Amino acid sequence: MSVSKEQVKHIANLARLKLSDEELEKYTNSLSDIVDFAESLNEVDVSNVEPTAHILKIQNVFRKDELKESFDREELFKNAPTKESGCISVPKVVE
Amino acid sequence: MKNYEVVIGLEVHAELSTKTKMYCGCSAAFGSDPNTHCCPICTGMPGVLPVLNGKAVEYAVKAGLATNCEIARFSKQDRKNYFYPDLPKAYQTSQYDLPLCKNGYIEFKVGDTQKRVGITRIHIEEDAGKLIHDAYTGDTLVDMNRCAVPLIEIVSEPDMRSAEEAINYMQTLKSILEYLEISDCKMQEGSLRCDVNLSIRPIGQKEFGTRTETKNLNSFKSIQRAIEFEIQRQIDEIEAGRQIFQETRRWDDDKGYGYAMRSKEDAHDYRYFPEPDLAPIVLSDEYINEIKKELPEMPHIKKQRYMSEFNLPEYDSEQITSSKEVAGYFEKAVSICNNPKAVANWIMGDFAKMLNESDITVNESKILPENLAKLIMLTDNQTISSAIAKKVFIDMFETGKNAQDIVNEKGLVQITDEGAIKQIVERIVSENAQSVADYKAGKDKAIGFLVGQIMKESKGKANPQVVNKLLLEVLNK
Repeated sequence: MSVSKEQVKHIANLARLKLSDEELEKYTNSLSDIVDFAESLNEVDVSNVEPTAHILKIQNVFRKDELKESFDREELFKNAPTKESGCISVPKVVE
Repeated sequence: MKNYEVVIGLEVHAELSTKTKMYCGCSAAFGSDPNTHCCPICTGMPGVLPVLNGKAVEYAVKAGLATNCEIARFSKQDRKNYFYPDLPKAYQTSQYDLPLCKNGYIEFKVGDTQKRVGITRIHIEEDAGKLIHDAYTGDTLVDMNRCAVPLIEIVSEPDMRSAEEAINYMQTLKSILEYLEISDCKMQEGSLRCDVNLSIRPIGQKEFGTRTETKNLNSFKSIQRAIEFEIQRQIDEIEAGRQIFQETRRWDDDKGYGYAMRSKEDAHDYRYFPEPDLAPIVLSDEYINEIKKELPEMPHIKKQRYMSEFNLPEYDSEQITSSKEVAGYFEKAVSICNNPKAVANWIMGDFAKMLNESDITVNESKILPENLAKLIMLTDNQTISSAIAKKVFIDMFETGKNAQDIVNEKGLVQITDEGAIKQIVERIVSENAQSVADYKAGKDKAIGFLVGQIMKESKGKANPQVVNKLLLEVLNK
């Protein structure tokens, strides 16, 4: 197994996913398969290849600092389940 | 702190004063109605394509050049992943391994010694939104106006050894950013803020101690207090035989104490990866040289010039050049009245005090530099005495009227006519036999009292030099 159960638990926690023992087992297997598959790329000799920062041959895509009209707030928040005073309202974040 | 040395590094966030946000044309202005500067791009809707604001790159390069950094010819942006409601995309677009600027330094004075602090890196990133606690419902409200406002993060080396050094570093950096006009640096609005990394170690020890990071300090006072608190806390922990944990802390400025944040404990696993929606940034020598040419005279250079060109003391030069606005005001006034020391004295003295009390800046005051210059000229050509000038100044500050008008309206023109002054002198001398006797008995202080009485009698308008001269003549007769 190239991915341990502990790693899957950790990743699930970071992604705010709650996994049952059964799911943990299942995802540990499938994630290992995926990583193993990707590992096969390590067999390619890349000693003469520059690290890729972007897959397309593009650079310096800049925008002018010019104002554009913003979106209508009602339109923008159409999908937000709870709104209050012009804001999206979420459960209390304690800090 | 006898046996410990403190080691401090700062991460400073400065909002760039671009008109628009980092990746879309929404306004980056502070303080509008919640969520009115938003669009699908800055609120992280699926399927949108961000395009980098070229101005943000230019400003970051300016900051890098002004802090002696190397500017990267090849740079890219990365995604920093974490979940928090102020970050609608669930990642912050930032820069990880290839920042725009690195390996710089800035220098400043701490007491009498010159201090150099290394700049590890400066990178561009986007700001997060604002969370408002709704006291009524107990929920949290999300305002995304600030989402994707362009920021630079300036990371220092752990080169500072006291709260004072950290404050001076921050002040110097603020002054540089203001001179470059790339950030408004309004700490109270959060456009300039810093995180303090701090550890202590026994004096003489080479290795650093375990550091903590106190986040989001947005005033000089809170930086100072948070540092002092954290130094003492770490000493107390170590003295009590306990361990320092590497942790993120918050500072409560009202209550005056710092505390560890629990919730973000495992959030440090940011899983950075290259931002696929944004192209690499490749800067040519021409581009960088062009920006270099546009750099204004920086505060430390200006300071040297004031000392040589205006013959100002180092202290005055330092004070005035620390703010570009004040320096501009100063130069304008000097260009008219040609008396740099007098302008400096006003700016650092009464003027500074009154600005401070009204909580405004020089350019926000009603006194235009031309008017301050005129006031100084009226004093220099002895139309008014310096005591009267102080009164006129208060009037100018309150009403914005020009000095000459106030002097005319209130009849404040100085009396230099010796005959008129002599009358007053003789009267005061005859009315104050005791002081005259004291003077003749060798009590020089009595002179001061008599001068005061004469000035009072003339409503402050008598020329003090003439008063002194005539008084001595009368007394020594």
